[in-house]
Amino acid sequence: MATFRQAKWRELLIYELSREGRRGFAAPSFEEDDAGIVDVGELVPPGMARRRIELPEVSEVEVVRHFTRLSQMNWGVDSGTYPLGSCTMKYNPKISEHNPLLSKLLYVHPEQPEETVQGLLEVLYWLERWLAEITGMDRGSLQPSAGAHGELTGVLMIRAYHENRGEKRDEMLIPDSAHGTNFASAAMAGFKVITIPSRDGYVDLEALEAAVSERTAGIMLTNPNTLGLFEKDILEISRIVHDAGGLLYYDGANLNGIMGYARPGDMGFDIVHLNLHKTFASPHGGGGPGAGVVLAKGELVNYLPVPLIAYDGEKYYWDYSVKHSIGMVRAYYGNIVPLIKAYIYILSMGGEGLKKATEQAVLATNYFISRMKEVEGYDIPYAAGVPRKHEVVLSAKPLARDYVVTAEDVAKALLDYGVHAPTIYFPPIVEEALMIEFTESEPKEAIDYYARVLAEISREAREQPENVKKRPVNTSVGRLDMVKANRMDTYIPSVRFARKYGRKIPPL
Amino acid sequence: MAHVYFCLSVFVLGGFLGLPWLPNSDGRVTREMLEAVGVSDVSELFGDIPDEVRLKRPLRVGAGRPLSEAEVYRLLTDKADRVSSCLEMLCFAAGLAPHYVPAVVLEIVGRSEFYTSYTPYQAEVSQGMLQALFEYQSLMADLLEMDVVNASMYDGSTALAEAFLMAARVTRRRKILVPEFANPCYLKVAETIVKAQGLELVTVENGADSGLLDIGDLKRKLDDDAAAVYVEVPYFYGPIEEQVDEISSLCHSHGALLVAGVDPLSLGLIRPPGDYGADIAVGEGQPLGLGLNYGGPLLGFFGVRGERRLVRQLPGRLIGMTTSMRGERGFAMILQTREQHIRRERATSNICTNQALCALAAAVYLSLLGSSGLRELSRTIAVRARYAASQINRIEGFRAPAVGRYFFKSFAVRSELLSAEEVRRKLLAKDILVGPVVTRLPKLGESFMVAVTEIHSRADIDRLVEALEEVVGDV
Repeated sequence: MATFRQAKWRELLIYELSREGRRGFAAPSFEEDDAGIVDVGELVPPGMARRRIELPEVSEVEVVRHFTRLSQMNWGVDSGTYPLGSCTMKYNPKISEHNPLLSKLLYVHPEQPEETVQGLLEVLYWLERWLAEITGMDRGSLQPSAGAHGELTGVLMIRAYHENRGEKRDEMLIPDSAHGTNFASAAMAGFKVITIPSRDGYVDLEALEAAVSERTAGIMLTNPNTLGLFEKDILEISRIVHDAGGLLYYDGANLNGIMGYARPGDMGFDIVHLNLHKTFASPHGGGGPGAGVVLAKGELVNYLPVPLIAYDGEKYYWDYSVKHSIGMVRAYYGNIVPLIKAYIYILSMGGEGLKKATEQAVLATNYFISRMKEVEGYDIPYAAGVPRKHEVVLSAKPLARDYVVTAEDVAKALLDYGVHAPTIYFPPIVEEALMIEFTESEPKEAIDYYARVLAEISREAREQPENVKKRPVNTSVGRLDMVKANRMDTYIPSVRFARKYGRKIPPL
Repeated sequence: MAHVYFCLSVFVLGGFLGLPWLPNSDGRVTREMLEAVGVSDVSELFGDIPDEVRLKRPLRVGAGRPLSEAEVYRLLTDKADRVSSCLEMLCFAAGLAPHYVPAVVLEIVGRSEFYTSYTPYQAEVSQGMLQALFEYQSLMADLLEMDVVNASMYDGSTALAEAFLMAARVTRRRKILVPEFANPCYLKVAETIVKAQGLELVTVENGADSGLLDIGDLKRKLDDDAAAVYVEVPYFYGPIEEQVDEISSLCHSHGALLVAGVDPLSLGLIRPPGDYGADIAVGEGQPLGLGLNYGGPLLGFFGVRGERRLVRQLPGRLIGMTTSMRGERGFAMILQTREQHIRRERATSNICTNQALCALAAAVYLSLLGSSGLRELSRTIAVRARYAASQINRIEGFRAPAVGRYFFKSFAVRSELLSAEEVRRKLLAKDILVGPVVTRLPKLGESFMVAVTEIHSRADIDRLVEALEEVVGDV
């Protein structure tokens, strides 16, 4: 096993580096005020001037070193394997970071007239067209800023659709294996959530039949599902829900499993959201910004948020004339930067390339499964023998049962070997779940290594389980005290909070 | 798609086995993997997809074939050539305003250990991002004088919508009072999002001359059904609200929450929301080192006072400081039982992916500024804006500011001779951008917005003033 040791700086808080009078910034001078002649009383109403500011004061070189050191204590796709299931952590092409369009964009204002941004609007127009082609939908809105934001947009559209038809439908159906955001998005849009149980990893059709009614607004589904299984009864699901008067919403988090093979629009879905920071290689930025484009088919196009990108044969423009639009779901047009990166990815790959990416991602999953066959300690529950698509869910239940080594312990131990852990404890229908998605980016050798590490952890669990429980030991810090972190009487969410409530900042 | 083909160079790649982002696509590697799986062709792994839903033709996207990096670069150069930035014209547009993005910020957010990472689910290997986000929360907390600031929202508008939803959860009430002079785009977005839960936005008037909230109107509309009173400091249309203490005590006497929307760069001069009793402070963090990026990505900030009843209802991710089992200092995501992946339909919000990298940028920016830098920057912006308004005000046919006396960087200019739209168009012909034009607010007559920041020199402002003189001179 390769040895790994993550950087470990004794890095103080930026506050602890502060020394009064230092600064990393000089304001541009303005001759009207070079001598500070303008009185604050002329700038601020009486009683509204700020007295005290408690920000740290640090020089530029200290700021650069501080954040550079922090970056060295962080793990990215560029550092190594990052197989978080359902997060699709594929390689982020560098051309997307370094190109003339992106650098220009820094100073492009959203109020600029369309004539001054035709090159950019053209990019956005084709991106929307291509995403519609990939999903089999008609039109899309680029506004939503993330997957969950796209979901909220989609369910608000479903709500408006039924309301506009004078129907009171307040129930949203969601399979028990669905992403947690689905439940929260439906609730945020005012729906009552009805959970549909799974049968051997698939939507239980009988339970679905029993759940639909005149109150059914729709179903939120991801396909392939979170077990990496293609919902083979999708046409039947579509028929059941549509016959009841409901709509089909496609959670696009798992699109990487079927690109070029099947399209949500052809499966009966009415609305789709895509996570461009997953399937289309825009970086995730440590938690965002993402882009959660929402696309719709047929009548549902009339409910998309405004504006939509359009082309009249001569120029590209923003179209606000959407008949029943739900309105705007954020300021301006969307997260333009990740949108451009998705455009670059699709342009670089082409249609064949996207299909190839899906094939390679699915091959990676199944190759990994084949590597795990001879490894003890892990099961692959549900649908035995059926090939998985973009991801596979292992269960560490045998290790947990026999050696009290849990999925979390396995995840923490993985970190010690210079790889990132999978998504754990998800989906909830798998006990001790390890949800693994390598994507098309992971070299075969890296997948071999990952399987060997899991075998090694399993061996250690059987022979010295107490050792596994102590891991990680090679990361910047050891396992964290999450009880203390979360208790209302000990948690520290900011330096100010610690000062105010007398919480002691732990020493380095 | 013809014009996409048109831009391509004549070089053609030899098939797409060479796709550099697919490390196993070489025939030999693929074969080894297929053998291990026990299938002869990769298509067998898709055998469970029913024939009726299979796509039986290639996807028609991109240029019809994979493109090399060199080809893509040329194409993007062509697109960039057909975009002009604010640096090529003179941009005084408001809503978002052009602020300088320091090179240090670009350098740090460009470090791929940060930008290629995911949400820090595995804290031990993600301390860098976690500490940076904790510092973002801390810096914003001190900037706003709010105790707890979350790790970010999508933008100022969705942060405001979430503030209204949170106020409704805390108070179990549904009426939200919003000022007439609040950011119109934010109100539109908030309405789209909150009405699904039955919340109602009620407008409180602003004075036509003072621009300040009409306290009489507030008193008439404020009752024990109100979940929140929203106040903007400064208002979108310019005026700096100065009755904040009175509004705060009125609001609290009815058990409603005070939600304050602020411009972060104004806080070197103007009292922060925590100082006048705001329960929730929100706003747009773009001025803190983010580019304009044609309107996104942006950075919604969201802060609350430290009371448990508020923190428990906080939407979004929160980073906390703790210790490791070995006694080291460490950071992790905390209070996740509020969040969607645990609480599902009972979560405080559905937000998952936020704007972490933008929060990192803001942390770097605020670290560079420090207390004295912030004071200096706030001041230099306000002085420039004051200079611009007073120069414009001297021109016959324009009144600046159109309403109120005090403003920070944005103010409305009232046009008395021409329609505001006409002024905007004529300035555009001179490569000067102002706006947006004020619509649906008869109180302000024919007005348009102007924003002045640290990037505008005195010469830039003088050019705007001259251009406005020419515009009315032609009448």
